[in-house]
Amino acid sequence: MPALRTAVTVVLVVLAVSLQVGLLSYVSVGGVVPDLVLLVVVGVALVHGPRHAAVLGLLAGLVLDLAPPADHTAGRWALSLVIVGYLSGMVRGEARTGAVAAVAAVAASVFVGASVFGLSGLVVGDPGVSVPRVLEVLPMQVLLDVAVAVVVLPVVFKLSRARQPADRWARA
Amino acid sequence: MTPPTRRDDGSSRRVLMLLVLAAVAVMAVDASGDDSPVDVARSTVGDVIGPVQSGFAAVAGPIDSIAQRFTDAGELRADLEALEAENARLRTELQTAGIVRARGEARDVMALRAQQSGFELVGAEVVAFGPAQSFSRTVTIDAGTVDGVQADMTVLSADGLVGRVVRADRSTATVLLVVDSASVVGGRLDRDLELGLARGDGELSDDARLHLTTLDPTTTPEVGDSVLSWGSNGGIPYVAGVPIGWVESVQTNPRDQTATAVVVPYVDFSALDLVSVVVGAAASSDAAQATGAKDGH
Repeated sequence: MPALRTAVTVVLVVLAVSLQVGLLSYVSVGGVVPDLVLLVVVGVALVHGPRHAAVLGLLAGLVLDLAPPADHTAGRWALSLVIVGYLSGMVRGEARTGAVAAVAAVAASVFVGASVFGLSGLVVGDPGVSVPRVLEVLPMQVLLDVAVAVVVLPVVFKLSRARQPADRWARA
Repeated sequence: MTPPTRRDDGSSRRVLMLLVLAAVAVMAVDASGDDSPVDVARSTVGDVIGPVQSGFAAVAGPIDSIAQRFTDAGELRADLEALEAENARLRTELQTAGIVRARGEARDVMALRAQQSGFELVGAEVVAFGPAQSFSRTVTIDAGTVDGVQADMTVLSADGLVGRVVRADRSTATVLLVVDSASVVGGRLDRDLELGLARGDGELSDDARLHLTTLDPTTTPEVGDSVLSWGSNGGIPYVAGVPIGWVESVQTNPRDQTATAVVVPYVDFSALDLVSVVVGAAASSDAAQATGAKDGH
């Protein structure tokens, strides 16, 4: 059911973007806000694989690039989330072997995503981006995102799988 | 869930390449110039996301004060004594009553300033903060083009200069704070009226500073000097005479004899709430009225 699958995914992304830029700026830790959209892309990648997640990453990243009050060059989050979606989709077999593997996969995804976003800022010359500053934010970002992923990923898994009756039969 | 086959791998890689190229193309288009088609998309998304942010801000407002307590934990420890005294006083009042009164005072100050300076102001609330991991210091305010807000207008609060509008959507606008590393404000020292340029350091934590270099290298700012905005031609993007901050320390460069002053902004950028946008110069009688225009919040 590709149409339904797409619809649910779009709803997920819109919800994630709204929450991330609207509500989550109120629960920041040291100014760092959980990357909810990135986690949704990772979650979809772990369920549906790299191709689906990379396409989703591009679209979700573009919305994130354009949503106020973002003022960086558009396309940076898009590039980052394409790569995150693809890579986490490629390791989905390994990530499913246990809780530790899943946490490691999420942490690695956040690390890669934040690095690509930061480095792309250096390449296009966006002001304020520097390697020390990326390194300053990165540890908190990884910690926060892993903590939030514990709550968010099960929800994404459930929503992604609920619309696949065949899959549910297969697991029964 | 079939395991990926070799054929799947190959076509996935092609899809990845295409998507990466698409993202890079968007970046290239957006970085190429001011009037890029990306701006159209940006304002469309802003028209949709902006009201969502305003809605969340209305819900999260009461929770905000609690969240702020976590964010500023380190700072709070130092202020503990002062807070306890204040707490005793506040305990007798309803918390909401306190907020309303504080906001009323902020409005009064802004109205007074508007009256004195003759600016026409539009009041607004900060509804979203840019995250630290985006490396730029921007906020969303809930006033847009329907309220008369346009790009390159000055934004101030009761404490002083906040920043300038970089993009205005229908009902919201994006404000670049003066502490962002892309921000340069002309400043005037109130002691000797010397001019300088104050650049934001883009510091992501609360202790953001401005770095002021004087245009005349023979003058040296003194610690404690107040810095006011110098004002741009026609008040765009900055109107004149708005307090920016005070000089915390001065570093002299012995090689070329220039001095850089570290300026502490008057505005607490992590606790921004009510702000005003200067939408034009008005007769002083209209100014106070304009400030109260958005009292519905």
